[in-house]
Amino acid sequence: MQISGAQMVIEALIAEGVDTVFGYPGGAIMNVYDAIYKQDKFRHILTRHEQAAVHAAEGYAKVSAKVGVAMITSGPGFTNAVTGLADAYMDSIPLVVISGQVPMSLIGTDAFQEIDAVGISRSCTKHNYLVTDAADLPRILKEAFYIARSGRPGPVHVDIPKDVTAQIAEYNYDIKLDLETYKPHTKGNPRQIKKAIQAIANSKRPVFYLGGGIINSNAADEVRELVHKTGIPAVETFMARGTLVHDDALLIGMLGMHGSYAANMAMSETDMVIALGARFDDRVTGKLSEFAKNATVIHVDIDPASISKLVNANFPIVGDIKNVVNDMLAQSSVIDAQNYEQWRETIINFNELHPLTYYEDSERLKPQWVIERVGELLGDDANISTDVGQHQMWTAQFYPFSRPRQFISSGGLGTMGFGFPAAIGVKAAAPEKTSINFTGDGSILMNCQELMTAVEKKLPVINIILNNNFLGMVRQWQTLFYDKRHSETDLSVQPNFVKLAEAFGGIGYRVTTKEEFDAALQDAIKKDVVAFIEVKVERFENVMPMVPSGGSLFNMMLLEKKESK
Amino acid sequence: MNDNNARRVVSVIVVNEASVLSRITDLFSGRGYNITSLTVAPIPESKYSRLTIVTSGSVRVIEQITKQLHKLIPVLRVYEHEDMVEKEMALIKFPISENLSDINTICEAYNGKIVNVGENVVIAMVSDEPKRIDNFLCAVKRYNPKEIVRSGAVALER
Repeated sequence: MQISGAQMVIEALIAEGVDTVFGYPGGAIMNVYDAIYKQDKFRHILTRHEQAAVHAAEGYAKVSAKVGVAMITSGPGFTNAVTGLADAYMDSIPLVVISGQVPMSLIGTDAFQEIDAVGISRSCTKHNYLVTDAADLPRILKEAFYIARSGRPGPVHVDIPKDVTAQIAEYNYDIKLDLETYKPHTKGNPRQIKKAIQAIANSKRPVFYLGGGIINSNAADEVRELVHKTGIPAVETFMARGTLVHDDALLIGMLGMHGSYAANMAMSETDMVIALGARFDDRVTGKLSEFAKNATVIHVDIDPASISKLVNANFPIVGDIKNVVNDMLAQSSVIDAQNYEQWRETIINFNELHPLTYYEDSERLKPQWVIERVGELLGDDANISTDVGQHQMWTAQFYPFSRPRQFISSGGLGTMGFGFPAAIGVKAAAPEKTSINFTGDGSILMNCQELMTAVEKKLPVINIILNNNFLGMVRQWQTLFYDKRHSETDLSVQPNFVKLAEAFGGIGYRVTTKEEFDAALQDAIKKDVVAFIEVKVERFENVMPMVPSGGSLFNMMLLEKKESK
Repeated sequence: MNDNNARRVVSVIVVNEASVLSRITDLFSGRGYNITSLTVAPIPESKYSRLTIVTSGSVRVIEQITKQLHKLIPVLRVYEHEDMVEKEMALIKFPISENLSDINTICEAYNGKIVNVGENVVIAMVSDEPKRIDNFLCAVKRYNPKEIVRSGAVALER
């Protein structure tokens, strides 16, 4: 079939089963947008900023377990999208991002809206392509999708010059990929797995260290089974929230800088770390030399480069989590759950000594209450996105997650402005669930123009703005480590969030009491339109516990104990 | 081999395609690794090229470099050399007024000779282990070399 490069893009997207594309047109990508206009197989969601298009594609990908697709133009269109690419790269989110480029004849001439896009995206994508001949497009797009979703997933960027999208060439998508240099290792070494299982059986205080790779591998069911069968307590990373149900007796909690006391203590006292799809990030480990100091480490990951990068693994196992956990399950009968009875009790004691909690001791609402309340009211029925900062940590700490892919947040890159567009992508992928975005008064302004997208496409995301009139997390660090010099973090001067939402055709609420909050949330759900619920919360609340940056995991700053919750 | 900043030689087989060299060098610069020398040429009758990279670092750093190189999509194979034959070439320009027979004799000791004679200068070529090239360059200092170019190393595992 002889068709144009632009049509090839459309045909390839359809062949890949893409039903939603997020994007923003411009000069160099116009041929493709013309082809989008002429088709009706997938919908295009016009965001109001290219960064938001990529974040929306990320949200879509995380919830649907499919490859997210974003489309942008050259130059500033592309550079705006870079933050999204970097975010997806850090959090291993499968994306294909297609950008227009100036025509081949103009490349290198500093043409209008020209930028060396592949040069920029090289360091923040899993792979990238500059297409120089339309005849290569079918193969490149097929490779792009395959690379994005296989192995350790990640974003793939395809840059297509305008004359290539106009060029007519032979299109055939029914080709066999021959990637001799890219063969992800998905099956764990059976001997190594056997040895690892034996080592677990011989350990006294083992801990599962569950990471985001479990979610990417769709292995939560298998992991739950393994945890329950072995009776080994588990900590979750921020990225793994929802792997175990929040009230699972074997779930100790989230670990890391803002992890629970019990999770961090268990990690410090364990003699056997079983890391599944986790990467020993600095926000998780604290001081590396003190992290799980006396433990043997089993590290299962699909990315060999993640293994022994920071903490030496005694049993490195390269493979897909789902496969490896299944293999572990098959041999798990040598592990006797009874052996860990005392260890489990120790952990319960840790939790009783310093439970994850907060005190309602101020006139203004506590942000943690708001999150817990949404959890009570919506629980499993909502998908939860967040922006970045204090509200993000409180959400990870206090929302009762019950399933994988329920929690969508920017973990590795920590991108403020991620939450709202991501929640739009989430709503597009899962319209039957309420899409909540917990955000802060700082973060929400970084992509608030997406109110327009949500109104136009009828994607009723509910943004709960936990407003403390501060850039809260930075303020917290300034309070604790910079002698209360709150440099440029006081956000007392603010827009009227209610009017802001209304100006775009959304709905806004400002609440100061529990009753008002309940009423606003219920009203927003009923009205089925994009909403801002601005909650005035305690200004100086800190996220606790906290492991100061570079400190040992067991040296936590803890919530001061008070009488009542 | 366990000292912290030991010299290491890594060979990388990559698909011979546009921007593949940038992928490799970006990986080094982006992660703060250092490249001492780099040699690239296509492998005959194949779609691959072979890079020989001389770098330095601890065992752990080298392990990371190797894994990260492997992670790049167009990389087929990475060799972290331990027992290798390693050679480097150098071209040196001397004034024709220097003692040419001395120069030629020294070059011979380093697998080389005078390879070009011009009106005012001669060009000598040597090829040997990098360490020996260092020694050679030291030895010929007295003949006032006007220009020196080194090739970077190539290596094959024994």
